[in-house]
Amino acid sequence: MPSIKDIMQTMEYGPAPESNSEVKAWLQARSAGLGHYINGKFTTAEGDLIEVSNPATEEVIGRVAKANAGDVDAAVRAARAALPKWSALSGHERAKYLYAIARHIQKRERFFSVLETMDNGKTIRETRDIDIPLVARHFYHHAGWAELVADEFPNHAPVGVCGQIIPWNFPLLMLAWKVAPALAAGNTVVIKPADLTPMTAYAFAELLSEIGLPPGVVNIVHGDGETGAAIAGHPDVDKVAFTGSTDVGRIIRRQIAGSGKKLSLELGGKSPFIVLEDADLDAAVEGVVDAVWFNQGEVCCAGSRILVQEGIAPRFFEKLKSRMATLRVGDPLDKTMDIGAVVSPKQLARIKGLLATGEAEGATLNLAPVDLPKRGAFCAPGFFTGTAPAHTVSQVEIFGPVATSLTFRTLDEAISLANDTRYGLAASVWSENVNRAIEMAARVKAGVVWINATNLFDAAAPFGGYRESGFGREGGRSGLLEYLTIPADRQGKTRPAPALQPQVVPFTGKAERPDIDVTAKLYIGGKQVRPDGGQSYTVFGKSGQAIGQAGLANRKDVRNAVEAANKATGWGSVTGHNRAQVLYFLAENLSQRRAEFVSALAVTGASPKPEEEVELAIRRAFWYAAQADKFDGAVTATKSRHVTMTVNEPYGTVGVVAADEAPLLSLLSLILPALTLGNRVVAIAAQSHPLVATRLYQVLETSDIPAGVVNLLTGERDVLAKTLAEHDDVAAVWYCGDDEGSRMVEAASAGNLKTTWVDHGRLRDWRDPRQGQGSEFLRRACQLKTIWLPYGE
Amino acid sequence: MTKHFPRPEGSPLMLDWFDGHAVNLSATERRATSLPTRRTVKKEWQAAWLLRAITCIDLTTLAGDDTEGRVQRLCAKARAPVRADLLEALGIEKVTVGAVCVYPTMVAHAVKALEGSGIPVASVATGFPAGLTPLPLRLAEIRYAVEQGAKEIDIVITREHALRGDWAALYDEIRAMREACGAAHMKAILATGDLKTLTNVYKAAMVAMQAGSDFIKTSTGKEDVSATLPVSLTMVRALRDYCGRTGQMVGFKPAGGLRTAKDAMNWLILMKEELGTRFMMPDLFRIGASSMLGDIERQLEHHVTGRYSAANRHALA
Repeated sequence: MPSIKDIMQTMEYGPAPESNSEVKAWLQARSAGLGHYINGKFTTAEGDLIEVSNPATEEVIGRVAKANAGDVDAAVRAARAALPKWSALSGHERAKYLYAIARHIQKRERFFSVLETMDNGKTIRETRDIDIPLVARHFYHHAGWAELVADEFPNHAPVGVCGQIIPWNFPLLMLAWKVAPALAAGNTVVIKPADLTPMTAYAFAELLSEIGLPPGVVNIVHGDGETGAAIAGHPDVDKVAFTGSTDVGRIIRRQIAGSGKKLSLELGGKSPFIVLEDADLDAAVEGVVDAVWFNQGEVCCAGSRILVQEGIAPRFFEKLKSRMATLRVGDPLDKTMDIGAVVSPKQLARIKGLLATGEAEGATLNLAPVDLPKRGAFCAPGFFTGTAPAHTVSQVEIFGPVATSLTFRTLDEAISLANDTRYGLAASVWSENVNRAIEMAARVKAGVVWINATNLFDAAAPFGGYRESGFGREGGRSGLLEYLTIPADRQGKTRPAPALQPQVVPFTGKAERPDIDVTAKLYIGGKQVRPDGGQSYTVFGKSGQAIGQAGLANRKDVRNAVEAANKATGWGSVTGHNRAQVLYFLAENLSQRRAEFVSALAVTGASPKPEEEVELAIRRAFWYAAQADKFDGAVTATKSRHVTMTVNEPYGTVGVVAADEAPLLSLLSLILPALTLGNRVVAIAAQSHPLVATRLYQVLETSDIPAGVVNLLTGERDVLAKTLAEHDDVAAVWYCGDDEGSRMVEAASAGNLKTTWVDHGRLRDWRDPRQGQGSEFLRRACQLKTIWLPYGE
Repeated sequence: MTKHFPRPEGSPLMLDWFDGHAVNLSATERRATSLPTRRTVKKEWQAAWLLRAITCIDLTTLAGDDTEGRVQRLCAKARAPVRADLLEALGIEKVTVGAVCVYPTMVAHAVKALEGSGIPVASVATGFPAGLTPLPLRLAEIRYAVEQGAKEIDIVITREHALRGDWAALYDEIRAMREACGAAHMKAILATGDLKTLTNVYKAAMVAMQAGSDFIKTSTGKEDVSATLPVSLTMVRALRDYCGRTGQMVGFKPAGGLRTAKDAMNWLILMKEELGTRFMMPDLFRIGASSMLGDIERQLEHHVTGRYSAANRHALA
């Protein structure tokens, strides 16, 4: 050991280890193996146990059981059995349990911090100052929701049994994000922690026993992907919540397609970290530390693509290199470390492989000048320069402490580069000019935007992604809604199959012929166009007479319609007032053609009261026009001197597939809410009654709806729905059809993980405003962007 | 480690070095808050760092009732800031504070009391703390203090110049003061509590360095808000930028509000992380304090004995 006199010259930090003797003893006492926590009891760990290692020391710290289908079934049964009592408790009673959990997390904060560090490899500074305090915060916040849920969400009910699968990067925090809202809303839970990091979940189960949570309300099973699949696939699970890789998210989406299970996915990211020329560069450099050198870069929302404006790039990278020199990498239990160990040797090898790929592709890897410990899965932090968007490392999530970098010339270019990704989880914008910063925040495609900050989290601020980063939000009001359902949604009789199967050959039977032949085309990009396939199908009236022909759209027509819709970007940026005017005008023009639509509906036989249906369609347009400038976001109380805004943004292009029943009203009930919030729509008209829809073209044209904002196709419902659901440039699909079609749409949506809303073939009474319109429709028509704006001079 | 460096000479007034430079408050606060949580020192290292802090202290008395006797007492403490038995236990032969800091009329008493110790006498000057006496008088005050034997002069800037953005006036004034200091080292007190914004602090720091300051210093100790970590972070970043542009080494002195051993650790960590180990030495880092030393002594005794110490076991300043 150096003398005090020597240290006075070198001014080194010296070792500052956090004691882990209690945790070691706790682990020792459980060395026989950790079982599952089912129905309030720990099972004996049997069978092949999974070894759990401390990645910093490579020591095995425990062995954990692997749940098979039987164990998962026992857990789900326990959760199901506990559900009636738990969901029937008053909100206050549930709040007391959640409060007790929050308090006990705080009482055991050091124990959990040390255990998390030993299990995951992340530094004690982060577990102590970030993970565990956020866990407590999450339970406090949701104790509040438990108290308020009945008042704040009338007509809602818990979803039921929730199957939750969480990752290894923030083990206990992700558990809190899943368990807290589920319990607050009155659900019961089966949760599986990652097999690499099961320890704090096990300890959490002990904490649940400590506070006396009723058995079965939370069940914790351990295991790998197979166990996860057994949970997601269990027929008695009502909701699946997953945080992890986009690939696994896709698998789950396909696996449970058509099951009727609610799903939320929080997946990968490749989030831009944008530094404008007027940024506080020292602050932005420190931002990189918090963005990509936080948690060893194992952060789904890590700002891992640094975009710097050209004029300041040399200075910025110079400063970044200097800053890197003071990073400390090593024993995560040492209180002076910035970066601990990567979660496993396998993960380290994956990171190193990607770094080698980056270098092979011509980028320069700038690594921090650190001596890594000889043992353990440590990775030197750094960043690439000279990366191009075409490079693998610019596209693929490295999930390690290394960022890529690009320079840009203008704000427009920054936005293009920022949005040039499949993902859309988060973004960080650095600028001292509020005009530029907020413009960037508005234009970047991401669920969370931090201005002059990064990786800020709060239980009240919704977190979740756009695009292939998943759907659903965690935190706040919208996070809670993921764990609530509107019971009426599940009622309704089974919808019969479409009455009309398209026939494209001449029909020689009974027919009503107009004086001059009517040609019903498709409506794409503001133009009436003939179907690409050159085919039309005969449409019949209620007494079996042919009443005309409708275009039979094919894949290419869907493609053209989506292209037209994607070009009509202006609709999303006009004011709500503008959109309201257009919707009112639509109602006005519909009203002028009331007689025409009444007779068009009457001849179909699909509308028992055609006058009423037209009247309700007009009324519905008024209702959404009224909402256009009122369905607002919110400002959430998070940290002091921070404005945390939640903005309702349109998805972009939404595909809607209308039902045969109430052919006018059901179609408009789907189109209108999407339009209200600024989406463009590709609508598939009722297969059997397309001629009602084709009459809308002229109404749309005369109502000042810009070209491409509404595109209407007629044809075979499920053929067109499949193309829409598969289309990677469609952001959301709503489907009214049958059970099999619902399954097909959900499975096909996995390609780009678009959000879906399917009715599983349940009829809806479109005339009833509680079923045919409402905030649920509007909520489905937008995605939340949470923007953090700190202020102060 | 403590290689000598040429005295900073300043530069012409370069507005473009700080024009348009904005300091983000929230980001600065986040960094300042996390600095002491990211680093710590324990055991021998802690003792060494505490001793290092002592060598950086400008032991200060700036009270209206200062007398020769009071200054003598302070100087005696400056010579022997830590009890001899503790020093021996720590394996250190000798340690003294960085300087003794007094009002100009007390300089002669201090010089006499410190004779042969090698400890320099610092004097505040220029109408401390408000700095609003006429410039010729302020310059005369500097010259007086230097004549009395002060080796370091802590000047205060005219806040009006900074608040109105009249950087040329500020530059000229500090230049003149530096001139008046002659061989004595000049520490420019920015009175950051009066400047209010971190952006003002950055700019004023830059001008003070361009005008030839040897040190930039946060506060007089008489403002409502004294030295804070965010303000200090802003100043050392300005210092780093200036050093990067000119190669000149300028020191930093936080003063006002630093009272505990923990404060000393936090500011040493700030210096090490933002500027490097070289900037933890007394020729580039000073802490303006009066009560901090007592807390450090108690911590050192705790390190030696393992028992928590009491103030009355250590000599008064």
